[in-house]
Amino acid sequence: MQSDEEIQKITRRSLLMGVSQIGLMSLLAGRLYYLQVTRSHDYTMRAEENRINVRLLAPTRGRIFDRFGQEIAINRPNFQVVMVAEHAQDPNETIAKLARLVRISDRRRRQLLRDIPRTKEFIPLMVAENLTWEEFAAVNVHLPHLPGIETRVGERRYYPLAAEFAHIVGYVGMPTREDLYDDDPLLKLEGFKVGKNGIENKLDDQLRGEPGSHRVEVNNVGRVVRELDRNPGVAGADIVLTLDSELQKYATQRMAEKSGAVAVMEIHSGDILALASTPSYNPNDFNVGISQKYWDSLLADDRKPLLNKAVSGQYPPGSTFKMLVALAGLETGAISVDEKINCSAKYEYGQDIFHCWFDEGHGDIDLHDAIKHSCDVYFYELARRIGIEPIAKIAREFGLGTRTDIETIGEKSGIVPSRDWKRANLDALWQKGETLITGIGQGYLLATPLQLVHMVSRLANGRKKVSPNLVYALGGKVKNTPEFEPLSVNAKDLRVIHAAMRAVTHDADGTAFMPDLDVNGQKMAGKTGTVQVRRISAAEREEGIVKNEDLPWHLRDHALFVGFAPVENPKYAIAVVVEHGGSGSKTAAPIARDIMQQILERDPQSKDVYIPPSPALETGAV
Amino acid sequence: MSNLFFTERKSWRQQLIGLNWLLIFLVACLCGAGLMALYAVSQGAFDVWGMPQMYRMIFGFSLMFVVALIDIKYWYQLAYFFFFMGLVALLGVEFFGNKQMGAQRWIDLGVMNVQPSEPMRIALILALARYYHRLPAENTSRPIWLLLPVLLIIVPGFMIMRQPDLGTSVLFAIVGGGILFMTGVNWRYFLVGALGLVPVGMFFWQRMLEYQKLRVLTFLNPERDPLGAGYHIIQSKIAIGSGGVWGKGFMKGTQSQLDFLPEKQTDFIFTMIAEEMGLVGCLVILLLYTGVLLIGFLISLEAKSKFSRLVAGAVSLSIFLYLFINVAMVIGLMPVVGVPLPFISYGGTSIVTFMVSIGLLLNIQLNKNIELPQN
Repeated sequence: MQSDEEIQKITRRSLLMGVSQIGLMSLLAGRLYYLQVTRSHDYTMRAEENRINVRLLAPTRGRIFDRFGQEIAINRPNFQVVMVAEHAQDPNETIAKLARLVRISDRRRRQLLRDIPRTKEFIPLMVAENLTWEEFAAVNVHLPHLPGIETRVGERRYYPLAAEFAHIVGYVGMPTREDLYDDDPLLKLEGFKVGKNGIENKLDDQLRGEPGSHRVEVNNVGRVVRELDRNPGVAGADIVLTLDSELQKYATQRMAEKSGAVAVMEIHSGDILALASTPSYNPNDFNVGISQKYWDSLLADDRKPLLNKAVSGQYPPGSTFKMLVALAGLETGAISVDEKINCSAKYEYGQDIFHCWFDEGHGDIDLHDAIKHSCDVYFYELARRIGIEPIAKIAREFGLGTRTDIETIGEKSGIVPSRDWKRANLDALWQKGETLITGIGQGYLLATPLQLVHMVSRLANGRKKVSPNLVYALGGKVKNTPEFEPLSVNAKDLRVIHAAMRAVTHDADGTAFMPDLDVNGQKMAGKTGTVQVRRISAAEREEGIVKNEDLPWHLRDHALFVGFAPVENPKYAIAVVVEHGGSGSKTAAPIARDIMQQILERDPQSKDVYIPPSPALETGAV
Repeated sequence: MSNLFFTERKSWRQQLIGLNWLLIFLVACLCGAGLMALYAVSQGAFDVWGMPQMYRMIFGFSLMFVVALIDIKYWYQLAYFFFFMGLVALLGVEFFGNKQMGAQRWIDLGVMNVQPSEPMRIALILALARYYHRLPAENTSRPIWLLLPVLLIIVPGFMIMRQPDLGTSVLFAIVGGGILFMTGVNWRYFLVGALGLVPVGMFFWQRMLEYQKLRVLTFLNPERDPLGAGYHIIQSKIAIGSGGVWGKGFMKGTQSQLDFLPEKQTDFIFTMIAEEMGLVGCLVILLLYTGVLLIGFLISLEAKSKFSRLVAGAVSLSIFLYLFINVAMVIGLMPVVGVPLPFISYGGTSIVTFMVSIGLLLNIQLNKNIELPQN
């Protein structure tokens, strides 16, 4: 028998243990209270984060229209075939079966077979996209025999007018590594495309829209258990361009196979009505994955189809610059309207001899006739009198030397040379002879076709420093036309220039006499330009200059023409540049004439501009 | 009066009536909660976890009655024999055991896989209780008489640790130490033992397997590795915390039903209950356990013999320890050591062992007045 003392000891110790157990039990209850009451909110949030996966929905990309509502960039259904590996018993066999219905490139097939083991088995992988309706229908009919295959309809970009707008509108493509620095989560969506060039790139943020989302419940490995809700997002903003697609088409066609650019601008609002660069390419080929062969052919073409020459091509303006030199002469008082300068076809300055294009010489000639006949000697002398700085100043006044900043990619600023410019860029002192060359629009002077039409628009407008504008409305809102600053040139001097430009196209001895352009009595004033791209040696001059037609293409002169119409009450300005096109009179002027005829007949500025209905709320495909 | 007529044994019927039915009821409630939880684990299918577990419970309950109704003398007499059998089984695991999930803990008996470390705990309780029952009180704290009990604890404990099953071996040692404490071994030994654990702990830390070290490190800071070793504890805390006061509803726990929880049919079953039933459900479960433990404690205090007292106390202690460590583990108070929740977690050996423990408690209450010989 145990003693009482012993039993009591066990009782005491048992009680001690019982009390500690109660204490520890309270600890558990207290901790549970802390987790489930005090911290409940935090943990509930974290449980929701665990459970709910927000999946983005690509919004419908904004469309692009011309000023009259013609579709330039739209979205078309993209018929796609995807494979869910867990439902395909044998992915190889399924793909082989599918390949009998649709084309699957070897590359895509290899990529797919590589991705299957790396991807969670319930995530759909793209097998083929951009199928024709017939292919898509065939796959759908055979679905029961294609385990793991699912069909979907997404969206893809389509450009109905293709080549005519390729340079302006650009195209879309897969985001590149640089694009991924953009923190928009949409970029991580499979198949999401971003603007790669032109408006598509410049206004990508607006076109992209707001992503929609659907919240799904997922389990611990990310498999979707069910959809909780869906928010379709906001479609991207529709864009209305100032361009008239008929005019753009006509300009492109009129340039035919020639390499060059046409720019047409309304001189009061600055609306760009046409901005063509030829030759062009088909942007639709970029959307579906361009073939190496087509890409190589684009790169190999001397005429540089991928370059938007209207804004990225820089050319010496040549004689089209003479109006500005004349204006500078009148403004600075270096010459009067009546003063005549003798042209003997040669102008000696220091040790150099400068030649007039007309090797018989123009004799005594005044400003009006010097522009009409495009006399070079007159402008050598005039430029020498004015000096480079006032010439540079007026060039900048008319928009040369700086980018217009319209919504394009790759716009160049051109060059307006001056003493400071030469010191900064070439680390050399300005030579007096260079002023003379600048006086006939050559030398260092460079301008884009867009800058040329900009220059002519200001000349024609005469009062305001009008600037070009490419986007008319964005997301249903008409863009405000900015209040243009006044142009600081004398109206009387401008009238002289206008009269001279009128004479170029109206007088039978003008360099671009065009009696056949007459729309209801409306006529065009203008100025030709022919720009040498090679140096003519003294020896060649002796023997007789080789004719353009006898030179290889890349050595022929650039042909330029700038003009405005109607003469009496100007509305439209045009600039045409034909690379290596020969003479401005013979090549560029007729093109400008025909396009201007179309402009005057259509008179796009007098018609109402299309505003698309407020952005449609559409859901993109996943 | 009954004492006069039934000095030796009561009739089977009277014994059955005399059982502590409240205790049986509370245990049945816990088992029922377990079955419901297992039903929810398999998202409304009973045959995945629920059905096999129910068979084991039926077996466990039957065994409980058998244990309760067998004369306590036999348990007293067979104590060392059971201990010896347990040692043999542990050795068997060492040599013929099944490897599951990287640990060699099971012996295949054909019908079911048995984990001998669980019944070994009962054998240890019986053996130590018998040892101290016979040991004269004045020898209790003498070092020489402490040697055998310490060996009884350490030898099987070490074998369990080698399986490796750190959690079970630690619990095994604590239960053994608990008996030594109850029986009145001088508290200085426990102090020295606790201090001695520091170098021992350092020694074992070096010998620990990588996953065991990870568990301890992760316990100390679960956010250290939120997607790796800390994942389970973090997800468990999220599940419990998001359950709130009233829970998300039966079978509506997002953490549990969407598989963010690991091992939710075994070690983390309390987490699922907490998520779906909330604080209220947890407290109900804890109250059921408190009831069981309180009854066990009273049974221990009422028993006449030292053996009965020690067995009842140690059995209650072991139920408490498993409960406490399991819950403390899932709520982030202790490292994840892989200890089942008594009566609720899925697992055959565990449920049967705990039912045998309850059987012993019932037996002791039934035989509380029986005196056992001291030699």
